[in-house]
Amino acid sequence: MRAVLTVVGKDTVGILACISVACAKRNVNISDVSQTILQDLFCMIMMCDISRITVPFDRFVDEMSELGKEKGLSIHVMHEDIFNAMHTI
Amino acid sequence: MYNTRDILETITMIQDENLDIRTVTMGISLLSCIDSDIDVACKKVYDKIVTMASNLVPVCEQIEKELGIPIINKRIAVTPIAMLASACQTHKIVKFALTLEKAAAAVGVNYIGGYSALVQKGFAYGDYALIESIPEALSLTEHVCASVNIGSTKAGINMDAVAMMGKIIKKAAQATADKNCMGAAKIVVLCNAPEDNPFMAGAFHGVGEPDCVINVGVSGPGVVRAAIAKSEGLDITGIADLIKRTAFKITRMGQLVAREASKRLGVPFGIVDLSLAPTPAVGDSVAHILEEMGLEVCGACGTTAALAMLNDAVKKGGVMASSHVGGLSGAFIPVSEDAGMIAAAKCGALSIEKLEAMTAVCSVGLDMINIPGDTPDEVISAIIADEAAIGMVNSKTTAVRVIPAIGKKVGEELSFGGLFGSAPVMKVSTASPKKFIQRGGRIPAPLQSLKN
Repeated sequence: MRAVLTVVGKDTVGILACISVACAKRNVNISDVSQTILQDLFCMIMMCDISRITVPFDRFVDEMSELGKEKGLSIHVMHEDIFNAMHTI
Repeated sequence: MYNTRDILETITMIQDENLDIRTVTMGISLLSCIDSDIDVACKKVYDKIVTMASNLVPVCEQIEKELGIPIINKRIAVTPIAMLASACQTHKIVKFALTLEKAAAAVGVNYIGGYSALVQKGFAYGDYALIESIPEALSLTEHVCASVNIGSTKAGINMDAVAMMGKIIKKAAQATADKNCMGAAKIVVLCNAPEDNPFMAGAFHGVGEPDCVINVGVSGPGVVRAAIAKSEGLDITGIADLIKRTAFKITRMGQLVAREASKRLGVPFGIVDLSLAPTPAVGDSVAHILEEMGLEVCGACGTTAALAMLNDAVKKGGVMASSHVGGLSGAFIPVSEDAGMIAAAKCGALSIEKLEAMTAVCSVGLDMINIPGDTPDEVISAIIADEAAIGMVNSKTTAVRVIPAIGKKVGEELSFGGLFGSAPVMKVSTASPKKFIQRGGRIPAPLQSLKN
């Protein structure tokens, strides 16, 4: 089971570290990371393995969204199925 | 790894462009609940609905959270209640509506449809009593929706039923005059009603359907409008292709949700309804798509052509994205539920006559239109007859959901709140069709060959 975690916001020091720690705490393994600067915005996409996650997935979604609010970032976690459905035939 | 642009596109669609699943509707057959004693029948109906749909809302909420896509409504559609009423030795049919209301509240769904009768060729025992009870049923309930199919391409139009429905709609509005005439907003008169429609108020569970089924209605006018807005300089061919691509993506989301819901509930997947269903929210309007194509305002000359293209492109794009397509499938044009339509009606650019023309090429019909409260019953019946004739001749579903705004005149506003929105009262022709409607009888089924 994989999820896509996206982070969009103003670039600051330590974004990657902060997200990775939050994932590690919940036993979410980050399998791939790509990051770019889009129109002055920091934009990071992480593929996460959530098969051994220690909290319910919906709580993880809420907690990451909360963390984003604290840091002034927009963080979304969505199951990979939705991207598969929409962008692959 | 996915393409960054694809991922951000999906998130933008959901966050900024109001992409959502409009409804997950569970169809439940109540044929097994038929009983000659109405109290026994009602108990069976309640038990069956509560058993079958107990997990519907929690499962949808779980899917919503996991996939990150909002599911706006969870609904239930049941076998037309007239079929159950036909077995009962009583005329107090309204008990069924109260039972549906109680069951809907128990399982937490937004609406329950199926307080319906199919009378396209004539009234069976039970049909008449059910139709008569609709105004009372809708005034005593909040979640129940009623529909009556009065015509079809195969059967023609039942003009006795048409005459009756004019009166019923008026009575339903009068009975709920203190609640913004909401009764009339929850009743729809159909021609060629589909048996697997997940959208209210016309949803019911047809007799050809399995015992229980999951149907999904998608939405996303905002996404289509945004796609057109971002693409400068396309000709109409280009726009049609763009709409097809967008509709494909929207529908894939619907198919995914339908498959998941079906799997988790252990209920077969029925269909995905390929629809563009607007809401009164800014950026969620079908009228704005037409305006984005280049019309100054919805209702201008060219609106019917633009809508025809949009409706066709949505279907073409969606068909490949889902394994089973059905329901109403197409673009909806409800006036009070669409910010662009409301604005067009307010500024006088959109008339009922133009809307009628538009219904010949869109998915349903005259939908959520406020008319003066003193509109005679026979005029409402004649509106229904006109709309049904368009559906009958063109082998498509058409419907009428007009709300006589009791105590209000043309130009005054009637507001329903929530997804129902608000709209000005529109002008209706006052020339009398009384004699035509009073004749009764049936319009024979149209010829479907010799089309030259």
